[in-house]
Amino acid sequence: MGRTGSQTVIDALHAEKVEVLFGFPGGVVIPLFDALYGEKEIRLVLTRHEQGAVHAADGYARSTGRPGVCLVTSGPGATNTVTGLATANFDSIPLVVITGQVSRKMIGNDAFQEADIVGISRSVTKHNYLVTERKDLGRIMREAFYIATSGRPGPVLVDIPKDVLLEFSEEPLPETVSIRGYNPVLKGHPMQIRKAALILSKAKKPLFYVGGGMNLSGAAEAFRKTVEKVNVPTIASLMGISVLPSEHPRFLGMLGMHGTYAANMAVQNCDLLFAIGTRFDDRATGEIAKFAPNATVVHIDIDPASISRNVAVEIPIVGDARLILEEMLPQMEAPAIEEWVGLTDEWKRTHPLTEIPDNDRLSPTAVIRAIADAFPEAIVTTEVGQNQMWTALYYSFREPRTFLTSGGLGTMGYGFPAAIGAQLGNPGRRVIDIAGDGSIQMNIQELATAVAEGLPVIVAILNNGYLGMVRQWQELFYNRRYSATCLQRDARCPPDCASPGAQCPPYSPDFVKLAEAYGAVGIRVATPAEVGPALARARQVTDRPVFLDFMIQREANVWPMVPAGAGNDEMMNA
Amino acid sequence: MHVISMLVENHQGVLARIAGLFSGRGYNLESITVGATIDPTVSRLTLVCGGDDPVVEQIKKQLNRLIDVIKVLDLTDSPSLRRELALIKVSAKGRQRGEIFQVAEVFKAQVMDMGSDTMTLEIAGTPDKIDDFISLVLPFGVVETARSGVVAIERGKKNGKQG
Repeated sequence: MGRTGSQTVIDALHAEKVEVLFGFPGGVVIPLFDALYGEKEIRLVLTRHEQGAVHAADGYARSTGRPGVCLVTSGPGATNTVTGLATANFDSIPLVVITGQVSRKMIGNDAFQEADIVGISRSVTKHNYLVTERKDLGRIMREAFYIATSGRPGPVLVDIPKDVLLEFSEEPLPETVSIRGYNPVLKGHPMQIRKAALILSKAKKPLFYVGGGMNLSGAAEAFRKTVEKVNVPTIASLMGISVLPSEHPRFLGMLGMHGTYAANMAVQNCDLLFAIGTRFDDRATGEIAKFAPNATVVHIDIDPASISRNVAVEIPIVGDARLILEEMLPQMEAPAIEEWVGLTDEWKRTHPLTEIPDNDRLSPTAVIRAIADAFPEAIVTTEVGQNQMWTALYYSFREPRTFLTSGGLGTMGYGFPAAIGAQLGNPGRRVIDIAGDGSIQMNIQELATAVAEGLPVIVAILNNGYLGMVRQWQELFYNRRYSATCLQRDARCPPDCASPGAQCPPYSPDFVKLAEAYGAVGIRVATPAEVGPALARARQVTDRPVFLDFMIQREANVWPMVPAGAGNDEMMNA
Repeated sequence: MHVISMLVENHQGVLARIAGLFSGRGYNLESITVGATIDPTVSRLTLVCGGDDPVVEQIKKQLNRLIDVIKVLDLTDSPSLRRELALIKVSAKGRQRGEIFQVAEVFKAQVMDMGSDTMTLEIAGTPDKIDDFISLVLPFGVVETARSGVVAIERGKKNGKQG
């Protein structure tokens, strides 16, 4: 008899020590959900949308370092995972997404709920499989986890036809995985490591530039030791935030379009840019021709394709950031850079972040500072836009893997389901999604999931009634033509509105009532005096989600800003 | 033009993965051919692509990232044999036939089919040779052509030395 395909899938999940499975059932995966009925080892979390399932698995993976796992049905269930897959793929997050497929004899017949998800997801996954033979299922499941978690991590999709789930097989789950076309290089080349250590030790104006790869490889501790030893100023990409504590004396902040003055000045003036686990994204580099004009570039990355793609690299090192840093540390000597360190300190001191004052509505920057003070040890997720940039700039991070954000794809609707996943992976910690009133509505159905699972996720909505980042661009570069960015607009509004006014409704929707309708706690925060008490009340709630609806200034902007096409030192309002 | 020879897993969807990489990243793909090797689990894929050196370097890296790709070899600057097969149907009436035969003989093209007013020729060789041949028969009126794309293989070692 042997095991059914469904049982083999669950055997594989057990073998990989999967604790949480995010899923949504449907016709062809009923056999798999049936096999999970009464399952003790794996917590099966029913999200309210497949996109929520994938983002939740992603948040689980980013916060724990373990792969996130999803199970959805064929057709629309599968296509709903695409945004989540693309988000994870862009940010190199290990996921295994299992999709049901129609039975093999039906494939290609335009059967009910059939979709060619392997074809659709090819460009947004690290790898994907359609299981065509029952005997291959165990091997493919093991390979999926191996590929997702090794090398440059990423999402792997496994599409399993219904009849494969039902078929019996004696084939055991393989003990080991061997893929001849896939052998990621982990150990850096010793000569290159030697060269990089030497050039750093001799540099006059060296600068570390860290990215998300540092979080992924668990290199933060090795990096902190490195900075202690060589005292080199450090900047981070959006994904590299939290690798070094925000308050570390050598940390200059994030670079790029909304980077800090100090970080952007440092990158434009350094003579050695020592980049680790970052891919020189265009939002970070600004106009590439003007980027780091005086710098020799060292680049450590596990993905050879990320090296010398956007920026010419003098010393490339392919491998795992943690292993390479650990090997390099004893070979490094502290360079004589007092003057340079003094200069970067000066930039920090003379150009701190803009603190927006409260007026009749709340200051978004003050709200984020207050959240950071009330929840210093939290895991923070964000949505995308102003909420994301303000959090990256103003929240004070202490530990790696505590800032979860959709960096590459920029997915609105990511933060809330990601927070649910992070909360499930870190039961003892507070998890906060810093959201906008626009993006929170993109996966708001997951309130039901958080309530059902009893998760005390805090959602801090920075409510300005606008799709704020696009509105900011319209204000600055499109002559205040607020096209389709006002979320309080209704049919009676003039078609050419250029600013909010007294006639605008106070909010839309009523997030407090909405939270309460789902069985969560909802608190509206309209004045500075209410901020502290609201956060204190949120801290008391430990069995259900809390929506904090912060009524922030409607036209507050994110500063500084490097306009498109400019170099990083050409900042507005620095 | 760069000639890249690859060994890939003989799975369904591998060709789509590679073609998708080129379309998705906006690389210029001139031709692509795929066929079995003596190992039934491995296919040989030859592709010809355009782009300056950094782009081609990036193409090779991206190809190497694919799990189903076992080996990527750039034959552009290494001693290699490159061959393409073309079938060319030329309009051939009356006296033209003799002239077409002459061109075919010089290029070692074979007549594979002869109709009442067309001839179909088979020619194998480098893409340049095929281009030249087509330009010579063009004045007779080319009805249609079918080209295989380039297949390539590294030359064997000479005298035991790397060559």
